[in-house]
Amino acid sequence: MIELFHQIFTQANVFFMLKGLQMTVLIAVLSTIFSMFFGTVFALIRTYASGKWKWAGVLVAIYTEFFRCTPNLLWILWIYFTVKGNKVGVSVFAITLFTSAVMAEIVRGGLNAIPMGQFDSARSQGFGFLMTLWYIILPQTFKKVIPALLSQVITIIKDTSFLKMVDVAEFMRNSSVVLGSIYDVRGMMMLFAFEALCYFIICFALSTVVRRYQKTIVTG
Amino acid sequence: MIKGLFDPKRWNALFQAFPEYYIPGFLMTLKISLVGLAVSLALGVVFGLLSTAKFKPFRIISRIYVELIQNTPLALQVVCYYSILPMLFTNTGFRIPKFILGVVGVGVYHGAYIAEVIRTGIEAIPKGQSEAASSQGFSYLETMYHIVLPQTVKIILPPLANQALGLVKNTSILAMVAGMDLMYFTDSWGSERGYFAQAYFTSAVMYFIICFPLARLARYLEIRSMKLPTAKRLEITADEEVA
Repeated sequence: MIELFHQIFTQANVFFMLKGLQMTVLIAVLSTIFSMFFGTVFALIRTYASGKWKWAGVLVAIYTEFFRCTPNLLWILWIYFTVKGNKVGVSVFAITLFTSAVMAEIVRGGLNAIPMGQFDSARSQGFGFLMTLWYIILPQTFKKVIPALLSQVITIIKDTSFLKMVDVAEFMRNSSVVLGSIYDVRGMMMLFAFEALCYFIICFALSTVVRRYQKTIVTG
Repeated sequence: MIKGLFDPKRWNALFQAFPEYYIPGFLMTLKISLVGLAVSLALGVVFGLLSTAKFKPFRIISRIYVELIQNTPLALQVVCYYSILPMLFTNTGFRIPKFILGVVGVGVYHGAYIAEVIRTGIEAIPKGQSEAASSQGFSYLETMYHIVLPQTVKIILPPLANQALGLVKNTSILAMVAGMDLMYFTDSWGSERGYFAQAYFTSAVMYFIICFPLARLARYLEIRSMKLPTAKRLEITADEEVA
């Protein structure tokens, strides 16, 4: 058993897998930043677009509904096979494209909870539309939706494992490369346990933050 | 990404491949989703009830299940079942049927989420209501049936519909282990002919056909659950009330 352990977790193997983990985190962080930004923009467009800009709201509505109802894996495969470019860039683009729709729905839920009267009161105090959004509407919205957004970040981290299918050198793919050299069931189980542990540590830490934060919202 | 999407020749090729690739894939996805949903509901109810039990080891078991499953990727779980389970039983070339693999994969994964949904649903009903009911002479079952469950169901239905939506989308993970589902056939036809735009667009539409009604249902239930309950008018005449 110990021999097997040393045989699998050699320095080179562990280093190789951790390099994959680094890639996973990099892709997840970039996708999170981009999809939070675009998600917020889309949610604002869908909620407040009116008059001459109404078509933009409709367009965003179609986009969010369509992407929310199709699997992430499909977009990853489609984009990977048809868009040429840097592997990390393509992966981040695919995940962002899908996750922005989900983020937009979450932020929209928060925006809907804010009474329209706040715009009127802000205008009476001399705030313009963008200033109202920035100083009054968005801070309240984000305070409400941060737990849901962080849960979505956990999903992004888990979804990066889909990239194994298109051979991006992330954690799951690098571990599978190591797995290919193991023929013993016990060895495989050890490796899977190691993979699960790595994902668990990252995701559990985040979900603990979510739970803490939810408690502070409830108790004030 | 959409290069040649409007090329009639390519669409013609797709229509010819449709009965052979897309129909069986679609049916497989649908079957896995339905049975997987049943499995995840069963697991969710059992572990949801366990996590509200008075006996502490039950709560610990259900906590471990939920945290372990929710914090590791489904892809890892499915690959793990795929490569380890057959080797535990036998060392011949036995492979688990892809249908079972899919059902177990998404069933166990979403079971953990549904357990959390059910736990929060039960915990959301203040304990004072059960106490008040028992002070009025309601038995445990009557309390559950008339007071607790109607409120719980209203709270948990919207997230349950969302879980069903996620479950259908997550069946696509089976493509990673050649699972004969819609995503697998799309991938194989697309890479075989190189008509990616047609292949994936059609597949996206087919997933959309299953998922969109679920998304609408979730939205409808959400709106309904936000409305305040209205009192039921009881058909009691004054005489009866006195008696």
